[in-house]
Amino acid sequence: MIGLAHFLTVAAMVFAIGLYGLLTKRTVVGILMSIELMLNAVNINLIAFSRFITPDVLTGQVFVIFTIAVAAAEVAIGLAMVFRVYRDRNTVHAARLNEMRW
Amino acid sequence: MFSQYALHHAWLIPLLPVIAFIIVGLFLRRIPVLSAAVSVCMSLLSFVLALGVGYGVIDQLITVDNPLIQRMPWLVIPGLTIDMGVYIDPLSAVMLIVVTLVSLMVQIYSIGYMRGDAGFGRFFAYLSLFSATMLGLVIAVNFVQLYVFWELVGLCSYLLIGYYFHKVSAREAAKKAFITTRIGDFGLLIGIVLLQILFGTLDFQHLGVSVPAYVAQQGTGLLTVVALLIFLGPIGKSGQFPLHVWLPDAMEGPTPVSALIHAATMVVAGVYLVARAFFLFSVLPNAMEVIAWIGAFTACFAASIAFTQRDIKRILAYSTISQLGYMMLALGVGSVTASMFHLTTHAFFKALMFLAAGAVLHGLPDKNDIFAMGGLRHKMPVTFAAMTIGVLAISGIPPFAGFFSKDEILLAASQVSMPLYVIAVLTSFMTAFYMTRLLVVVFCGPEKPDNHPHEAPVSMRIPLVVLGILAIIGGYIPYAYHFGDWVRFGPALHMGLNWTIAGTSTVLSVAAMALAWFIYGSGKATSDKLARRFSALYNLSYHKYYIDELYLWLNHTFVDGFGKLLYWIEIYVIEGIVNGLAHLSLQLGDWLRRKQTGNMQRYGYIMFGAALLIVAGLLLLNPLFKGVLCGGGY
Repeated sequence: MIGLAHFLTVAAMVFAIGLYGLLTKRTVVGILMSIELMLNAVNINLIAFSRFITPDVLTGQVFVIFTIAVAAAEVAIGLAMVFRVYRDRNTVHAARLNEMRW
Repeated sequence: MFSQYALHHAWLIPLLPVIAFIIVGLFLRRIPVLSAAVSVCMSLLSFVLALGVGYGVIDQLITVDNPLIQRMPWLVIPGLTIDMGVYIDPLSAVMLIVVTLVSLMVQIYSIGYMRGDAGFGRFFAYLSLFSATMLGLVIAVNFVQLYVFWELVGLCSYLLIGYYFHKVSAREAAKKAFITTRIGDFGLLIGIVLLQILFGTLDFQHLGVSVPAYVAQQGTGLLTVVALLIFLGPIGKSGQFPLHVWLPDAMEGPTPVSALIHAATMVVAGVYLVARAFFLFSVLPNAMEVIAWIGAFTACFAASIAFTQRDIKRILAYSTISQLGYMMLALGVGSVTASMFHLTTHAFFKALMFLAAGAVLHGLPDKNDIFAMGGLRHKMPVTFAAMTIGVLAISGIPPFAGFFSKDEILLAASQVSMPLYVIAVLTSFMTAFYMTRLLVVVFCGPEKPDNHPHEAPVSMRIPLVVLGILAIIGGYIPYAYHFGDWVRFGPALHMGLNWTIAGTSTVLSVAAMALAWFIYGSGKATSDKLARRFSALYNLSYHKYYIDELYLWLNHTFVDGFGKLLYWIEIYVIEGIVNGLAHLSLQLGDWLRRKQTGNMQRYGYIMFGAALLIVAGLLLLNPLFKGVLCGGGY
C-alpha cells in the first residue's frame, strides 16, 4: 500500500536534488531549474498532506495551484532577466555575476 | 514722626540706589552730569532715611530686644519658604547710617576724582549698585537674603576693582578678589545649608531662639563646625588671614572704590555677619576663641607688613586688614559693642585716609610710591590736615575717634585673655608707627623738584572735611551717649574708660609716632640703615611673608598638577575608550562587509545551513517536537 510516507520520501528526494543543483550549478538557468524542482517537492508534500490528513477540504490542493501559478510567473521573470544579463555580459555564470558584492 | 515713617519704609533704603543704578545704567551712561546727579540724590535720600532709622533707635522705638522685622515670602516651594525682608535693630541701624554716609561722601568725592573719565556714568552705576546690595545685606532677615547680597557685593567689588579693565593688573586683581573670597563663601554656603538642615529655618529671629535651646540639649560639637564654616565667609570677605591676599591687590580699583568698598563697607560685611549671627557664635566658646585668635593674628600680621610697603594705597590696605582683625578680635572676646563701635569709627577715619590718599594721587598722577612724594603739606593743606586727622584717629590719640573704639577693644580683650591684649597693644603700637611713617614721608620733608602737586577740587574737599570732622567727634559722641546701651548683644555694656589701658595705649602710640618721626623725619638715611641692618626681617615684611608666592606655588604644584593628571586621564583613558570603541566597530564592520561576496550560491549555503541549525535547535529544545523525535508520526 502506498502511504503518506512514500510521498514524503519522494518529495524529500526531489527537494534534496533541487537543493544540490541550487548549490552546485554554475549557470543561472540551471539554478532556476533547481528552484523549480524544490518548489515541486513542496507541492508534492502539500498535495500528500491534503489527501491523507484532510481529505474533506481542498485547501492544500488549491494552495498548490496558486504555487504553480506563482512559480510560472517567477520562471518567466527569471528567464527574462537571464536573457537580458546574457545580452549584456555574454555570460550566465553565477560566480561571475557578483557586481552586488560589498 | 519722620523716624516712624523711615522705620516703616526702611525697605526704600536699598531700593533707592537700585533705582539710581537702573536709571544711570540704562539711560544716563553717556551723560556724566546727570548720572552723578541721580546717584548722589538717591544716596542722599537713602542717607536721610537711614538717619530717620537712627532717630528711631535713639527714641527707643526699636531696641535690640524689640527689633522691627518685616518679611515677605520670596521663594515658596512645598516644605521650604524663604523670606526677603527688613530687619532693623540698633546693629543694622548703625550699619545703615555708616554705609549710606560713606557712600554719599564717596559719590560726591568721585564727581571730582573721576572727572573726564571715559566710564564716568558706568562708575556711578556700579557705585549705586554696590550701595544697594550692601544695604540689602545689612537689612537681611535671614541667612539666604544675607548670602544673596553677600555675593552681590562681591560682584560689585569685582566690577569696580576691574574698573580699569584695559589694565592687565586690574583684571587680575579683580579675578583674585572674586576667587579668593569665593573660597570663603563656599564654607559659608555649606554652613548655611547645615543650619537649615539642623534647625529647619534660617531666619535670624527664629534661630536666635532655637540655637541656645539646641546647645543646651545637644551640646556644641556639631554646631561649632557649622559656626566655623560660616566664619570662613567672613575670613574671605573681611580679609582675615589666610585669605587676606586679595585686599591689597584690590587697590587696583579707583581710589574712591578702595575707600568705599575695601575700607569702610564691604570688607566689614564679615564683621557684620558675625555680629548679626552672634546668637550662634556666642554660645560656642571654641568658635569664639578661633575668631579671637584669627583676628588678633591678622591684626598683628598685617601691621607688620604695612611697616615696609612703599605703595600708599597698599599701606592703607594692610592697615585695613589689621583693623578688621581688631574688629574680629573684639567679636571673639565677646564684645559686639566694641566691634561695631570700631567698625563705625574705622569707616570714618579709614575712608578719610583713602580719600586723602586719592587726593594725593589726583595731585600727583602716576605716582604710588610714598618715597617719590614728600613735602606735600605746602601745596595740599586740606589733604594734609585730613590725613593728619586720620593718622591721629587710627593711632588712638585722644580725643580722636579711634581712641575710644580701640580702647573699648583693648578693654574687652584684657578682660578675656592677657596674650590677646598684649598682641592688640603691640598692634596698636605698630599701627601708630607705620601710619606716622606714611604721613611724614608723604607730607613732610623737602619737596621733590619734579613733582607739581595741586590741591584737590572742591567736590573732593567737601567729603574730606565732613569725614575729617566725623573722625574727630565720631568716637567721643557715641561714647558720651552710651553706644553700648543700644548696640549690644545681651546685657547693656556701660562703657567706661579704663585709665590704665587707655593711658598705656596712648603713651605707646605717642612713642611710636615719635619713633617714626625720628626715623623718617630726619631724612631717608636712617630708615635705609635700619633696613640694611635687619635686612632679613625687612625682606620678609616687604615681600608680605611670601604668602602670595606660597599660594602661587601651591596652586602651581597641586592644582595644576592635579589638572595635568586629569588631562592625562582624559586623553589616554576616556578618549582611549571612546576612540577604541569607534575603531573596534569600524574594524568589525569592515570584516563583516567582506562577507557579502555577491556569490549567490554562497548565500544559499549559508541560508540552508542556518535553516538546518534552527530546525535542529527547535527539535532539540522544544518539548513539542520531542514527541516527534521519539516516535509516532505517520
